[in-house]
Amino acid sequence: MKIRYTGQKAEKEVFQVFNETMRQLIEQDARVVYLDADLMGSLKTQELWKRYPGNVLNTGIQEANMVGVACGLYLNGFKPYVHSFSPFASRRVFDQVFLSVGYGRKSVRVIGSDAGIMATHNGGTHMCFEDIAMMRTVPGACVVDISDPVMCGAFLKMTRDRPGLTYIRMPRRDLPDIYPPETAFAEGRGMLLREGSDITLVGCGIMVATCLQAAELLASDGIEARVIDIVTVKPLDEELLLDSAGRTGAVVTAENASVLGGLGSAVAEYLSSVHPVPVLKVGIQDSFGRVGTESFLRKAYGLTPESVALRAREALKLKQAL
Amino acid sequence: MSLSSKRELEQMALNIRLGIIRAITSNHGGHIGGSFDLAEMLAVVYSDFMRVNPEKPDWDQRDFMIFSKGHAGPALYAALALKGFFPEERLENLNNPNSLLPGHCDRNHVPGVDATTGSLGQGLSIACGAALAGKLRGTDQRVFCVTGDGESAEGQIWEAAQFAAHYSLDNLIAFLDWNKMQIDGSNDEVMRLGDPVRKYQAFGWNACLVKGNEVMAIQRAVRRAVEEPNGKPSMIVLDTVKGEGARCIVEMANNHCIGFSDELCGKVMEELREQGRKLGMEVE
Ligand SMILES: Cc1ncc(C[n+]2csc(CCOP(=O)(O)OP(=O)(O)O)c2C)c(N)n1
Ligand SMILES: [Mg+2]
Repeated sequence: MKIRYTGQKAEKEVFQVFNETMRQLIEQDARVVYLDADLMGSLKTQELWKRYPGNVLNTGIQEANMVGVACGLYLNGFKPYVHSFSPFASRRVFDQVFLSVGYGRKSVRVIGSDAGIMATHNGGTHMCFEDIAMMRTVPGACVVDISDPVMCGAFLKMTRDRPGLTYIRMPRRDLPDIYPPETAFAEGRGMLLREGSDITLVGCGIMVATCLQAAELLASDGIEARVIDIVTVKPLDEELLLDSAGRTGAVVTAENASVLGGLGSAVAEYLSSVHPVPVLKVGIQDSFGRVGTESFLRKAYGLTPESVALRAREALKLKQAL
Repeated sequence: MSLSSKRELEQMALNIRLGIIRAITSNHGGHIGGSFDLAEMLAVVYSDFMRVNPEKPDWDQRDFMIFSKGHAGPALYAALALKGFFPEERLENLNNPNSLLPGHCDRNHVPGVDATTGSLGQGLSIACGAALAGKLRGTDQRVFCVTGDGESAEGQIWEAAQFAAHYSLDNLIAFLDWNKMQIDGSNDEVMRLGDPVRKYQAFGWNACLVKGNEVMAIQRAVRRAVEEPNGKPSMIVLDTVKGEGARCIVEMANNHCIGFSDELCGKVMEELREQGRKLGMEVE
């Protein structure tokens, strides 16, 4: 996979891509609706709201009702997208999402923004580390952690008619560019971003770029890391994981989410049953959120390239001891 | 019960606004609008009605203050600092990493805060529980609670409203900061609230509307609620203007959560100094 990662901030912020894509979707398909629970201000979608009052609706601060309304809109012919901050789009409404959307087989896209540490100054009450774990348990769900703005646009478009729950977790800004503009994504297909034979680094969301940086650190010590963006934590790209585990014999996962039930768990659950190799997890270790800047929180929770590289060295030792 | 004078309460309200500014400008911004407009309510409740002990924040006979609209942390913190729960300098740590003063109300880190809030819609239920506990224990504790008008779209608020009336929680005195604004615009554009006084009355509460930035009106309303318990919870709807206290904040199209330049800070301080002069206070 050819990438364009330079470490610089992306040309376009995620919220800009969100706005452009929703506008295109609405222009192309009058049945597309976007609901928000008084957080249009945070995604800067108020212009869309004014311009497309029949497609963009505000429910006020009532996330549970919003999910239910989305289900009814679907039943009567619409294609709903709903947004709130990730804790309110997942934890707060999990029963509505699980039953009304998942079990009741509606087609609804739930967008949880400011996931994990990207809630920064909003602190612990807004910092959601458990959404991946929860959403993975909904049968038939697609769970994607956005690592780059191009991916955000692609998934919004691709999932317009997808049955069941689609959960899109994303920051609002400050992602790097990784993928060239017309990159084709698919559900259940990870992206191989860097070749390497010693160890596999599997990341999602903001940790994908961190894995690429960790691979550089490791390369300066002569360790060749293979880097994968898993793209969808569910469904998991089992083929790519099995192949990578076979080639490298050790895996480190990295996520801006709780290691309890998240990407690391998903990878370990799969590999342990088909090709057991050491799987070490970088992520939130059973903690609540807290206030801080992104860089402060990365250090506080060990979401840095250095911590990924450290875990990689530990995984290599385990591999050698086998 | 000896109650504070108008002048004393207005001075306290000004000190609360100064504390809010001290906190919010220390980290270049924050939830100013919905903090500023609560200054008079906090001045009245903390001067005249809250029975708390700053030396012993978890005193088991204390009155409770539950900020259901948790983003107004800076306002509560400013009042608590003035009451002596922690040194006023600590306000400057608002939202600094490693600081013990998170922007949203946090009971784990801040003495005097009774509930950790920030996920809207949950505080009124917590207040119901604390009030029910007072009834079950047979104490004369009061529970105060502050809700938002945007927040009142949450279904849980109305579950709590039903509960409080069913259990005759007349030791529960709630406020609704009716500033008619939320994040995406006015309540009327985003989600109509209608007439909150009639809604709460229909739920079986005592409910009244007071000018939310007039200390004597608030004092009268709270006094009635605490002195004449009648088996019903009380909702005091504060008719407010979001950002009240500084014209330059009120006039902003959106003052919910804003960045604070030195220039803006200077303008606000100018207004607050002017108010201080009228109240015979030295404001630095
Ligand atoms: C459950 C939940 N949903 C959304 C938010 C994001 N949020 C924080 S403040 C706010 C607006 C609050 O409006 P209002 O209750 O009117 O508060 P006020 O105007 O007094 O500041 C929103 C939507 C939140 N904190 N919690
Ligand atoms: Mg409001």
